[in-house]
Amino acid sequence: MKNKYKAIIFFLFFIFCFVVLYKGLDNPNTYTPNIKVEKNIPLFTAKDFNSNNYINSDKIFEENKYYIVNIWASWCVPCIKEHPLLMELSTNQSIKIIGLNYRDNLNNAKKFIDKFGNPYNQILIDSDGVLAVEFGAYGVPETLIIDKNKKIIKKFVGPINEEIVQEIKSIIK
Amino acid sequence: MFLFLGTTQLKSNEKNNEIKNKILKNIRCLICQGQSVYDSESDFASSIKLIVEKKIDEESSEEQIYEFLKEKYGNWIIYDPELNKNTYILWLLPLLLFLLGGAIMVKKLRFTK
Repeated sequence: MKNKYKAIIFFLFFIFCFVVLYKGLDNPNTYTPNIKVEKNIPLFTAKDFNSNNYINSDKIFEENKYYIVNIWASWCVPCIKEHPLLMELSTNQSIKIIGLNYRDNLNNAKKFIDKFGNPYNQILIDSDGVLAVEFGAYGVPETLIIDKNKKIIKKFVGPINEEIVQEIKSIIK
Repeated sequence: MFLFLGTTQLKSNEKNNEIKNKILKNIRCLICQGQSVYDSESDFASSIKLIVEKKIDEESSEEQIYEFLKEKYGNWIIYDPELNKNTYILWLLPLLLFLLGGAIMVKKLRFTK
């Protein structure tokens, strides 16, 4: 009788371990920070790419519009891939696109814009990556949507695609 | 006088460096996920190093720095998980297993006597 209980407990323990480990197989082995929570935009001062003047975040996001913050760099290959889609989004009058030039050589960044076009209403220089951290980003490209209440409502890690563009359009409708 | 000020400054820098290294060793690099920010050479890690340095200079406490990073990236960025509703099992299960093992051992020893 005692042995029977032991066998049942052992069996249940085995099943428990099996289920836990089996479920673990589906989990990605890299962590992606939780981006579901709405967050206020950070307060910061940044250098403008064109004028080289410092500008406050209040001034950057002052209009009652949706904003897209796109973190990009000239050395980032996926940024080239998503650039035509940003150009397409830039034709939409109800949004403003802010570019965050991440850890880049400014001459290369200017060449990039000259070559592929400028979808940004404003470009900010983030030479040491600190601004990207303020936005909770950890790489390039990343794209964030900021609503009219100045809250970050969505974040896309990696290059945007046609599907994401449609999602952005449905959000800003 | 200058010597005294210099020594005080040096001691303060040493202390700040110690705190900085302690914090950086406890932050996970999100790019090289097996490494701490202290060990990592990624762009993300170097930005975090700058931020931690800046926050220490601004006299933010260790807890405030962790809170700032957790707000940006979630609890996972800290290696040392705090006790909250999501980590109860993590903290209490080893203790429960230890007590269970101890109870089994005591029972066995009594039985053999």
